[in-house]
Amino acid sequence: RPTIDRELLESLPNLKVVGNSGVGVDHLDLKMISNFGVKVTNTPRAVADPTADIGMALMLASARRLLEGCQIAVSPDTKYFAVDWLGVEVTRATLGIIGMGSIGYKVAQRARAFDMRILYHNRNRRRKEEEEAVGAHYCEKMEDLLQQSDFVMLVVNLTPETHKLIGKKELGLMKPTATLINISRGAVVDQDALVEALQNKVIRAAALDVTYPEPLPRDHPLLKLNNVIITPHIGTATVQALRMMAEEAIANILAVLNGQPIPSEVL
Amino acid sequence: AGPDLKVISTMSVGFDHLALEEIKKRGIRVGYTPDVLTDATAERSVALLLAACRRLPEALEQVKNAGQARGMCATGDGSAGMAAGPSSLSLLGQAVARRLKPFGVKKFLYTGSRPRPESDAEFEAEFVPLTRLAEESDFVVVTCALTPATQGMCNKDFFSKMKKTSVFINTSRGAVVNQEDLYNALAQGQIAVAGLDVTTPEPLPTDHPLLSLKNCVILPHIGSATYATRSTMAVLAANNLLAGLRGEPMPHELLL
Repeated sequence: RPTIDRELLESLPNLKVVGNSGVGVDHLDLKMISNFGVKVTNTPRAVADPTADIGMALMLASARRLLEGCQIAVSPDTKYFAVDWLGVEVTRATLGIIGMGSIGYKVAQRARAFDMRILYHNRNRRRKEEEEAVGAHYCEKMEDLLQQSDFVMLVVNLTPETHKLIGKKELGLMKPTATLINISRGAVVDQDALVEALQNKVIRAAALDVTYPEPLPRDHPLLKLNNVIITPHIGTATVQALRMMAEEAIANILAVLNGQPIPSEVL
Repeated sequence: AGPDLKVISTMSVGFDHLALEEIKKRGIRVGYTPDVLTDATAERSVALLLAACRRLPEALEQVKNAGQARGMCATGDGSAGMAAGPSSLSLLGQAVARRLKPFGVKKFLYTGSRPRPESDAEFEAEFVPLTRLAEESDFVVVTCALTPATQGMCNKDFFSKMKKTSVFINTSRGAVVNQEDLYNALAQGQIAVAGLDVTTPEPLPTDHPLLSLKNCVILPHIGSATYATRSTMAVLAANNLLAGLRGEPMPHELLL
């Protein structure tokens, strides 16, 4: 997709709206675009379910060592399946969700069906009924969540406040048996600190759908560690989601052009 | 084993590997480990379903090798709005259904020897014949026990009735599936993708055609493979054995 920079905006004096496909807008200079009198819209509704699904998929795949298992199942060197080859259980474990927006809440709904104990940290506390519906406990201090969780899932958007939200200190607070799952943006995590934490077994493992940059340079240490799984930003890579994002983006664009209420304008 | 064999204690819930007639004839008692592994195995079934439909193994390959993460459409089919069909509403089937429900599954269908009204209400699940389950499901999850009735149940006929976009998950026993028919169904695009935690045999021979398919995710029978569950199973199996040797009631005896 094209980079929305000053040069592009100056060349399009009649531009009314930048309709983003996807919910993240960290790649857009919102202030600059606004100065040109151009509106920005995104697609929060279309991304929520498939992204929550991928968060769960990554958590389960990491805990139960699915990718390793696949390799063993097909390897020509496998003579028998070792009975002492084990993973860790997701059922009844503690999940700490950092960022309880629509996607985070959908993750909580799914995790609840696995009898997980759910902690969450968010800028604002959710309503009591919402918390009770998924059995989620609010942690005002992120440190409390980090110390108690078996699985920590990052579901925040990327802003100056969340840049490198998880660094050496935060990783050190996590249990050595814990897993970090990132379905937000790569830059929410201090990647160098993560590499060190994984190498020194400060945490058990990580599962990332997002990195910085994407893709990682081919010689990056994250690609060599055996306690990390990485997927190529496939949070919304489903047939349904792609169609729904396009539909949502178009609906937003048409609303702007027709002077109607805009379903999801980014302010 | 010798003629003094009194007890067989299996660390599993499946007992298809035991020659029950012979065992009964010799008056040998059998202990097994039901229930304690239901959570771990249900979790594994959902994990496998997600890994298969979101194409995780392929995605991982892409990240490590191609270096072209973007622009390659790794489109799997999301699970919202699908009809899942756990093939039997046993404890395992229910545990799987419970976990799938919040992913937005619109309808649950199930089949088996008889309807289970006491268990299906929770999911508003409809009891249907096997053929309808194949025809109407977007996700088919096989969770039944291996018996003479279920042996080879998933065969050419079954796969031909499934949707082209559907996902087939087997977490029961390899022999419930006719593997040659499954291979053909996958290779010819009769179904979209399969995920198997069980095969015949285990492991599959290295030249087996199923191993060559990109749309078949295979796991090495890890249903109950967690530290917590295997520990519980081990203790239970030991207690079953000891009780059997002492001539006492077992925590979980398989009635022959």
